[in-house]
Amino acid sequence: MLLITCPYCGPRPELEFRYAGEAHVVRAETPSEIGADEWGAFLYTRANPRGLHAERWRHIHGCARFFNALRDTRTDFFEATYEVGQPRPSGTEENKPALSGDNVGTWSGESAR
Amino acid sequence: MQRFSALSVIAKALGSNKGWQAQWRDASPKSRYDVIIVGGGGHGLATAYYLAKEHGIRNVAILEKGWIGGGNTGRNTTIIRSNYLFEESAAMYDHAVKLWEGLSQDLNYNVMFSPRGVLMLAHNIHDIQVFKRHVHANRLAGVDNEWLTPQECKDFCPPLNIDASTMRYPVLGGALQRRGGTARHDAVAWGYARAASALGVDVIQNCEVTAIRRGANGAVIGVDTTRGPIEAGKVGVVAAGNTSVVMAMAGLRMPLESYPLQALVSEPLKPIVPCVVMSNTIHAYISQSDKGELVIGAGTDAYTSYTQRGGLHIANHTLDAICDLFPEFRRVRMLRSWGGIVDVTPDRSPIVAKTAVPGLYVNCGWGTGGFKATPGSGNLFAHTIARDEPHPINAPFTIERFRDGVLIDEAAAAAVAH
Repeated sequence: MLLITCPYCGPRPELEFRYAGEAHVVRAETPSEIGADEWGAFLYTRANPRGLHAERWRHIHGCARFFNALRDTRTDFFEATYEVGQPRPSGTEENKPALSGDNVGTWSGESAR
Repeated sequence: MQRFSALSVIAKALGSNKGWQAQWRDASPKSRYDVIIVGGGGHGLATAYYLAKEHGIRNVAILEKGWIGGGNTGRNTTIIRSNYLFEESAAMYDHAVKLWEGLSQDLNYNVMFSPRGVLMLAHNIHDIQVFKRHVHANRLAGVDNEWLTPQECKDFCPPLNIDASTMRYPVLGGALQRRGGTARHDAVAWGYARAASALGVDVIQNCEVTAIRRGANGAVIGVDTTRGPIEAGKVGVVAAGNTSVVMAMAGLRMPLESYPLQALVSEPLKPIVPCVVMSNTIHAYISQSDKGELVIGAGTDAYTSYTQRGGLHIANHTLDAICDLFPEFRRVRMLRSWGGIVDVTPDRSPIVAKTAVPGLYVNCGWGTGGFKATPGSGNLFAHTIARDEPHPINAPFTIERFRDGVLIDEAAAAAVAH
């Protein structure tokens, strides 16, 4: 079981939390002007990196608030947790999947978002 | 390939079992192939086999980063069934069940397919309505499925507890697919590897793909691997949990998330569970291997991960449900637990399709239920690669359905909460 540090309540066991998917997914400012490809990507395509992942959690059995976290999906180690509205902690890369094993590479599709 | 028969087994036994050949050639990569399959699990091996057998494409390589069948093929709970709700899904999975039925003969390898019946239990009025809808939908689609009363469930699976006074969620009935069952998952991988190798396919282990090469016109021209570059006109990616990572090498974002899915087995017992029993509502599924172990599947963990393990509380939750259904298993010891990484699509149906990149094909998104589809998946994917167009059965299972909104929404229809 993971030990997760809620930015409001401190470290608590995983059972108190609910995972809520990728963080920092931005809805288009003018939804009526974007096409089917962009809508499909917004609705259904999520970052699925083998490496650092920025994601949302909710402390449902505690303060009930959403917060963001950076977790390494290769180890489940939490690099950081931070409040919603704050930018991704500096010094960490954007969500990029590793090409292979620990060999982090570039991902051409990510820059389009 | 040495063929197995009663005579050959007896003859070799009399000779102290000397003289058996290796089951497949442990090949080294050549510089060029017609088709490269990325991923040496059951689906990838089956794809290569049907490419060679049904489409005459024998200059094929399977590239596996570890060893064949070492990923999800060797980590599942080996359950086979085809009683899915929607016509598209039922057709796909039933195509696989029909191939399972003749697979041992086809491969000349005993995959131990055992159609012992899959019983899915209902615990509340909603379950009853959903399962009866399933039964009717399946019968209309030509897939066998029938409704059983609690007593009929008990008759079919004697150790099952149906005493409502002792259960938090009493058994109110069940849907039974008699053609469903189990098979030996390792034998599936080995049998396909052996048969494909005999047809000329190179099964290459310890060879990880590190890049997908594309030509000036954008089409695939080959891959880079840890054992050097390999050219190929067509590349089929069958990498299960790692599909997102491999497809990103070609610049493609996939509608997939990868989750750990756990399973566990008990110490071996004498034969007691004669069929597969599953329950969505309390989340239990259990069968007994031919070796006697109770094979138990847990649910996915809540968060995406590539760790091939998961939280113990997930397995514990499933064991709570098992002990409610089978009180006599409370003192059985669990020997091992493990996790596989499953790639889950937003509608919980697979993707078996061409991609926007010419020459690149993908077979993924089987989520928590890929094993049952192994022969059908490989058969349809081989068709898609060989003809550069999908078979009518897998035509609905495109990537573009997430752009066009033509979802095959089995999220609520599948057997396991995810």
